[in-house]
Amino acid sequence: MPSAAPPSDRNLVGVHKEYVSNVSSTDYPGHYPGEDHSWDLGLFNERCRVQVQRLSQRSIEFDLVGVDASVANALRRVIIAEVPTVAIEQVYVWNNTSVIVDEVLSHRLGLVPLNVDPRLLEFRSTDPDVPDIPTDQNTMVFRLNVRCERNPAARRDETDPEVLYRNSNVLASHITWVPQVEQATTFAKLTPASTKPNIVLAKLRPGQEIELEMHATKNIGMEHAKWSPVATASYRLLPLIILKAPIPPHLCRKFAKCFAPGVVEVVKNSRTGQDEVKIVNPRKDTVSREVLRHEEFEGLVELKRQRDFFIFNIESEGPYSPEELLPEAITTIRNKIKVIRDAAQKLVVDMTIDT
Amino acid sequence: MSHQNDGTHYGGYNAPAHESKPDMEYICADCGANNTLKSRDLIRCRECGHRIMYKKRTRRMVQFEAR
Repeated sequence: MPSAAPPSDRNLVGVHKEYVSNVSSTDYPGHYPGEDHSWDLGLFNERCRVQVQRLSQRSIEFDLVGVDASVANALRRVIIAEVPTVAIEQVYVWNNTSVIVDEVLSHRLGLVPLNVDPRLLEFRSTDPDVPDIPTDQNTMVFRLNVRCERNPAARRDETDPEVLYRNSNVLASHITWVPQVEQATTFAKLTPASTKPNIVLAKLRPGQEIELEMHATKNIGMEHAKWSPVATASYRLLPLIILKAPIPPHLCRKFAKCFAPGVVEVVKNSRTGQDEVKIVNPRKDTVSREVLRHEEFEGLVELKRQRDFFIFNIESEGPYSPEELLPEAITTIRNKIKVIRDAAQKLVVDMTIDT
Repeated sequence: MSHQNDGTHYGGYNAPAHESKPDMEYICADCGANNTLKSRDLIRCRECGHRIMYKKRTRRMVQFEAR
């Protein structure tokens, strides 16, 4: 079992044939008579655990154990909607003779993920008292100048438009960065461009052209999904399969087939030489509840989920590498807390002055 | 989707209206070739002889929000 201590029944969610039971957490003060469940930093440090299970170029799977659902959910929501990124916000079109209209093209350009590190840019002003002026500190300028021509080298019987014409597809890689003032040195490490070079933005035919300028700004996913740094960020609770009694040997294969591959294995008992089931990796289970549909397994098995064991799955789609997203989310939450703390302290000071 | 034009001509096409009638470029509706026509010229494509022409899109800048 992946958890360090065997989970007590209190933090297990029951998964039944037609319903789930014991859904809400109960470890708060005043719920159990005579037990103190007030929040304690030492206890939290002891229980909270983060472990990376899988890490790739674009995604991460990690366990967050020993926290309440509110904390895990806050992290998930902040990753999706409040970790800032940079995306194209203004489009200035000089010419666009393609079949795709300016408005739709602009919308598509806004959704292109950029590799610009948001930590190097400032937010544009949203305060009505402070004028919103684009500067090199808060705006990145990109240009898209593409013109489609016939390819004179193409064979006469050629039918593929990509061979027949040059620039028949306008791709995200056609977007070029125009450094402003000091940006050439600030962003020298990684030339600002799309993280995905092969996004088709429009299709052209000979004589058609696109000429436009784009201004990218820093903002958060709450304003518009194009600023979300992730494709998905989700969690699920760790599934548990609890055997109440041994499975009869002739039913072991059927039992194993009720679960996703790799969850349950059929092994030979070393003593009796008979088949028995072994729960290998409950994490892989999809909790399809197939096992609960069969009468012969009734009372032999219970499905549960561990309420404080969150299996996070995050797919990064922006400038952040996937392992950076959780720390960034925590930084964002801490900044939010700081705002509230400062406001609360100011309130206390104001009240003491008044009295 | 909003689009504003604040009146400043960002290098957009800003032809003088009356002074001298400039050569205008048109696109043939049949073959897509560029044709330069003067005001009294016969409207006829130099490439294919087609008699329908399209006006080109203006190069005046338009601003859009990418949303």
